This record gives sequence, C-alpha cells and structure tokens, in this order.
Amino acid sequence: MGAIRLEKVKKSFGTLDVIPGVDLDINDGEFVVFVGPSGCGKSTLLRLIAGLEDVTDGKILIDGTDVANEAPAKRGLSMVFQSYALYPHMTVYNNIAFGLKMAGESKDVIDQKVQSAAKILNLTDYLDRRPGALSGGQRQRVAIGRAIVRNPAAFLFDEPLSNLDAALRVNMRLEITGLHQELKTTMIYVTHDQVEAMTMADKIVVLQAGRVEQVGKPMELYNSPANKFVAGFIGSPKMNFLGGELAAKHNCHEIGIRPEHLTVSTDRGDIAATVKIAEHLGAETYLHVEADGLGPMTVRATGEMPLGEHDKIFLTPEQDRIHRFDAHGLALGPS
Amino acid sequence: MENKQTPLGYISFSVFAWIVGLLIFFPIFWMVLTSFKTELEAVSIPPSFISFDWTLENYAEVQERSNYFKFAMNSVILAVGSTLVGLVFAVTCAWAMAFNPTKRTKDALLWMLSTKMMPPVGVLVPIYLVFRDWGLLDTRFGLIMVLFLMNLPIMVWMLYTYFKEIPTDILEAARMDGATLPKEIIFVLLPMAVPGIASTMLLNVILAWNEAFWTLNLTTSDAAPLTAFIASYSSPEGLFWAKLSAASTLAVAPILVIGWFSQKQLVRGLTFGAVK
Ligand SMILES: Nc1ncnc2c1ncn2[C@@H]1O[C@H](COP(=O)(O)OP(=O)(O)OP(=O)(O)O)[C@@H](O)[C@H]1O
Ligand SMILES: [Mg+2]
Repeated sequence: MGAIRLEKVKKSFGTLDVIPGVDLDINDGEFVVFVGPSGCGKSTLLRLIAGLEDVTDGKILIDGTDVANEAPAKRGLSMVFQSYALYPHMTVYNNIAFGLKMAGESKDVIDQKVQSAAKILNLTDYLDRRPGALSGGQRQRVAIGRAIVRNPAAFLFDEPLSNLDAALRVNMRLEITGLHQELKTTMIYVTHDQVEAMTMADKIVVLQAGRVEQVGKPMELYNSPANKFVAGFIGSPKMNFLGGELAAKHNCHEIGIRPEHLTVSTDRGDIAATVKIAEHLGAETYLHVEADGLGPMTVRATGEMPLGEHDKIFLTPEQDRIHRFDAHGLALGPS
Repeated sequence: MENKQTPLGYISFSVFAWIVGLLIFFPIFWMVLTSFKTELEAVSIPPSFISFDWTLENYAEVQERSNYFKFAMNSVILAVGSTLVGLVFAVTCAWAMAFNPTKRTKDALLWMLSTKMMPPVGVLVPIYLVFRDWGLLDTRFGLIMVLFLMNLPIMVWMLYTYFKEIPTDILEAARMDGATLPKEIIFVLLPMAVPGIASTMLLNVILAWNEAFWTLNLTTSDAAPLTAFIASYSSPEGLFWAKLSAASTLAVAPILVIGWFSQKQLVRGLTFGAVK
C-alpha cells in the first residue's frame, strides 16, 4: 500500500518560504508527475516526502499515518536520484543489497531478491562490476534496482533520466512505465520534460513558486488548464496568448490558442501574419510569425509547408479550442 | 589560458627547483654523512666529504648510552595514538561541517585554524600546571591528549575539504536505504574518503612525530619520544657532533621512510584539496 497525503505542508529555508503550503492526495498505485519551472520546489517537495528535509509545518500521511517526523528509512519509501548516487566503492550486487543488509535480512533472502531484481533490470551480467565501469543507462538501472528490492510503499524519482542521451531516455521511460504496470506501486516522478510528464503520468501536479497550480490527468491539463500559467506550461510549443480586440470579441481579458489549433492559409483567415522563421521538421512545420497588430505567434502545422521568411499568411483558430482568461489569468471556460 | 613554456623557461625553472631542493636536502645529507664520521673528522676544517674513515661507532655508542628503541616506541605510540584519537573527533566534526553546514560553519573552521597561529609557549604555563596537578607529566596519555588537540584543527580542515568533494546524494541514498548515522559514516562515507583519510593520518603522524615543544617540556623519561632522545645529545656533555648526528639520523629515519613511500598521498594532503 502506498497512499500519500500532504496536508498544509510548509517548508522554509531561513526566511525563504520555498513551499508556502501544499495539500495533495496521491492514491495507492498512482503514477504522479511533478512538473514546474526550475526552482519551483519540485525537488524540495519530493525530499520532504522522502524525509531528507524536515517539514517546517504540516502533515505527511502515508497510508493514514503521519510520518512527518519519522526518519527517511522508517517511511518505507525508495528514492532514485538524478545523479544515480550509487555507492562507488561497492559492486552492483552490493549496491542493490545495501538496503536489505541494513534491514538485517538473511544472506539467502538478500541473494534471492538481488538476483530477481537484476533479472528484471537486465543487470545479471554486471553484478560484480563497480558503478564506475557501467554506462549511464546501466547505472540508472542499478539505482532503480536498489529502489525496488526494498519493496517500498512508493518510489520517488527526481529527474532520473535527465543525465541520459535522448535515445536512452526514450528506452528508460518505457522501462519505468513498464515497471509501474508490473509492480503497481505508487510512483512520484519529478521532471522538466513535457513528454515524460504527458506520457507517464496518471496524474500531473503543476507547481509554481511552491504552490500547486493544478492537479489532473495529462489530457485534462492540456484541454482545460485552470489558469494561464498551466496553459502556458503544458504543451510545446507554448500556447499563444492574445489580448485586445480579439479577446474582447470573446468576452474576456485574454484568449489562449495552442500553436497546433491554428489553421494556415495563404489567401484568407481571421488573423493576418508575416512569417519570420519557418522550422521544417519533416512531419510538421513550426512557423514563428508576426501577427498584424497582435505581436509574435507560433503555429504548428502538420506536414511540409512551402513557406519561408516574409511570406504573408492567414491564421484561423479552431473556435472550440480557444481558451479564455480573466484579468487575473484564471480560465473562464468556453464562451 | 596561456600554458606554453619556452624550452629556456622550462629549463631555468627546473634548474631553480633543483637548487631549492638540494638546499633543503643538504643539511639532512650532511647529518647522515657526519653520523658516519669520527668526532674528530666531524669538526675538521676543511670538512671531508666522502674520503674519511667510515665508522658505525657512533651508532653503537648511541644505542649503548641511551635506549633508542624505548624512545622510538614512545614516538610511535604518541604519533599513532594522537592520530587515532584525533580521527574519531575529526571525522565526526568534519561530517557535521561538510554535510550539515550552517551560516557559521566557515567562521568556525577559520576560528579553529586560528588557534594554530598562537605560539604554543603562550599556553605552556597553564598546561604545565594542569599536567602537574592531574599527574599527567611524563605520561603517554597526557602527551597523546596534547598532541591530538594540537593537530585537531588541521585534521578537521583536511577531512572537511575531502568530505566536501563527496556528493551528499550518496549519503542521502544510504539514509533512504535505512542506514543509521554510524553505519552511514562507516560503510559509505569512510570507504569513499579512504585517500583523504590516509593522507590526513599520514600528515598527522609526521607532525606528531616531529613535535618537539610539548614533548620536550612535558616529559622527562617514561614518555619521552625521539625528540628528547636527540635533545639529550645536544649541549650538556660538550659538542659531540657525530653522535648527535647519529641520534638524529636514527630519529628521522623511520618517518623519512614512511614519507618516501607515501609521497603521493602527502602531496595531495598538503594541498588541502585546493587543487582538484
Ligand atoms: N538547502 C537549501 N537552502 C536554501 N534554499 C534552498 C535549499 N534547497 C533548495 N532551496 C531553494 O528552494 C527553491 C526550490 O528548490 P528545488 O530544488 O526544490 O527546485 P526544483 O523545482 O527542484 O528546481 P530544478 O527543476 O531546477 O531542479 C529554490 O529557490 C532553491 O534555491
Ligand atoms: Mg530539482
């Protein structure tokens, strides 16, 4: 079991309130992703749950028990660090076995558990090596192996893939998703990466300046962001925000329209614009344009577009995909 | 970064370095040489260089007159003892400072180091009185305490700089794995810091071995180390250069051998982690 509940969790470093007060419910078996800009407190929140930092105030309930004042080991959680944090002086076997040794398990139990973890993670051939003699992906697998043998109530990941190259990231992403499907253990995963967040999460928590901006399924956040911040943060390229007359026409302070929800035409449309830069990716084309009287906008068009600098185009937003925001940046719902 | 040396510059630097090295080494070389001379040759002018009657007489006499091994044993006990006691305190102290720093950690470190700038003679009287009243004079225990306290700031500094280079993540991983604090230090921190600990211990053994002020002032015979052994050959019985040289050679020989074999660790230790 691994249901985690945060109640008014606060954290200050000196006079700096990094987490001013967070309430959050994580159900057993859920894959929860924390996203947010750099410095927003994702790692801090994760470390508070882990017990590596002491809360300034508030409760952390794991399966109903407040563990806010318990030592990390007592919470029954495992953590995978961005830097892997393997013990460099121990073999892979001993790295994975360390937690079990600390728990006083018998040699046979340890051996059986380490071997089975190694098998799941394809590490059987490397058990006698030191971490220094492994590739980045293998090190990451050892770190995961170390986490799973302890059979934790939940896994905590702090940007575990950010040190890997792009191809390996995709692989490890799939492996972690696979692991979650197999183990069905609660996972909390911190990342910068949109794609990781959207593809892996059952539930995304968007943080800004230590505050929870919105919690929801990936597609909920994409389709109905609660405010301008979430709207701008989820989705890539970023949503276009337009004010002025166009917004007034929709009875709001500002409208948001995603780059993929604009249709491009060379002869007619709602918004006249001039192409500044066209990025041709093959499957799609990103157009960075200057819209007349509205400023810079980004358009994401499928397929190849024979457009370049100075070309005049017209953009038409998909009407049911327009997001409306009030003066405070809160979403207003469809008009 | 300009890092190219002209051959001429390179050669002149090398020559200069060699001259400095030889200047430093010469007195030791001369001492060893003198220890094999007779007393007469030792003071002859002009001094004889290689062509004298080599003799082991001085060594025989030195061992006969005073028991070298007793002094040497005291030196070993004091040097190793003070280093081991120091290590226990320095490791825990450096752990706290490196991994749980506060705003005042840097100040505390500097303050600790500043105590090394006080001339020892400034506290000779109080320490002597404490030793006398507590019956610590001429005891190994008393000297171990003084030597350990004397070197503690340096040990803490050295270990602190080494510990600083160890990623905190790894210790946190151990904490997540259920290691208690002593286990975290013994199974994770110390094995990773072995090179640093080795050079710290080495330097402290050498410093304690060479320490002469406290060992001479607080001992008479029972706890007297090799420094006292050398001192006993200096003035009172007239000038016996050859025997004094033999005694000195015997005193520095062990530490010189250790130092030679551990040059690499020592150099690393002496740079105080300043260069990575
Ligand atoms: N030990 C500390 N002492 C003081 N301030 C800290 C400490 N740890 C973190 N902070 C501050 O807390 C804020 C949040 O940091 P945190 O590491 O949680 O951000 P993050 O969201 O994980 O960022 P990133 O995406 O860059 O990893 C930052 O402003 C950081 O400077
Ligand atoms: Mg972080």
